[in-house]
Amino acid sequence: MSSTSYRQLTLNGLWKNNPALVQLLGLCPLLAVTASTVNALGLAAATLFVLVVSNTSVSLIRLVVSDTIRLPVFVMIIAAAVTVTELLMQAYSYELYQILGIFLPLITTNCIILGRADAFARKNALPAALYDGFIMGIGFGAVLVLLGAIRELLGTGALLADMQLLFGPGAEAWRWQVFSVDYPFLVAILPPGAFLVTGCLIALKNQIDTSLEQRAKAKADAPVAGSKRVRVTGTVS
Amino acid sequence: MNWLRSIGLSGTVLALFAAITSVAIGWTFLGTKDQIELEVRRAEARQLLEIFPVGTHDNEIVDDTFDVQAETPLLGLREVRQGYRVRQGDSVVGVILPATARDGYSGDIRALVGIRKDGSIAGVRVVSHRETPGLGDKVDLRKSNWILGFNHRSLENPAMDRWNVVKDGGVFDQFTGATVTPRAVILATRRALEYATLHSATLFEQEADSA
Repeated sequence: MSSTSYRQLTLNGLWKNNPALVQLLGLCPLLAVTASTVNALGLAAATLFVLVVSNTSVSLIRLVVSDTIRLPVFVMIIAAAVTVTELLMQAYSYELYQILGIFLPLITTNCIILGRADAFARKNALPAALYDGFIMGIGFGAVLVLLGAIRELLGTGALLADMQLLFGPGAEAWRWQVFSVDYPFLVAILPPGAFLVTGCLIALKNQIDTSLEQRAKAKADAPVAGSKRVRVTGTVS
Repeated sequence: MNWLRSIGLSGTVLALFAAITSVAIGWTFLGTKDQIELEVRRAEARQLLEIFPVGTHDNEIVDDTFDVQAETPLLGLREVRQGYRVRQGDSVVGVILPATARDGYSGDIRALVGIRKDGSIAGVRVVSHRETPGLGDKVDLRKSNWILGFNHRSLENPAMDRWNVVKDGGVFDQFTGATVTPRAVILATRRALEYATLHSATLFEQEADSA
């Protein structure tokens, strides 16, 4: 694979074909666990890991498995990767495991993972498939964390609370009270807030895309300086 | 019989992958089993030690359990849960009782109530709840210190009829925008105290003799 196509993959995963904002896949965990940054970060990391493992394995076996049985095999691989992640998280990050609860095993049903396995990994060699899994995971995770941060800020006026669940006791001091609230803006933390904030993010992305497009168009249409002859003397009768 | 061969081949490949993934899961399970058990116990012990801190006892509270049956009057449990004994030397100095408040704003609130032998409260902790974030969830120590207000209270302090939120003539604060949740926790705590008084013989003395 040439470097241009890696650039293409990066652009796709992070922006043009972002799993959360464009493909709109995996909305269930996206909306459910993003009430705080730490939860979002935990689920983002777990999803990223599963995505990389599944893309890698699917790419490795792509020549062995026939088309007819590819889906059951993919699902088996993904389910195994998720179970392994769940066990590891339970062992080494028990409190976060408790917080994420059912959404950890539910990563299995996250369409991004099967989607990338079927649409990309089974048609591409190992390095590209691995990179695609990684960058898609980052793209999904970035939206998760952004959503978590916005909702946490609106709902509690703080950022990065409870980070010790993920990074150990030292991270307790990371909590940053941006403004103090007497009456928390509840809607932001409750599920409807997830829809509202996600909607705003998608709208913002579309707005940026539109204005980029317009600018590109304006540039293309603009007359190139010095290419036209302009009459500067005399009169037109 | 081409189709037969193709079915056989697909079946074999599927079985092969089932075997590989099972081995991967089994291997991880065995590798993390001990660590997971340790973490579960540690999380439990941490919570118990918050109620009876190190120095107030000399047993491993997390190992000193007894079952509390579901539907026990006053405790409101929906399923069998564990209670814990706290010992100093030969005598039981306190118990940690499980209590469930069924009258929360949104589902059950499960709590642990630590009670000293003299009938005063060592500490109350909400173990699980689904109260409104930002309003009712202040019963959780991670959100607010409200629950520490039970420390050293007993059935005489305050009197029975003042075990309620201020709004209902009690002595405990309600939260702005949430009265139902604190009221449920207060009443569940009071009932746990009543239970401990009623059963103090079995909870404190008898066990101490057998120990």
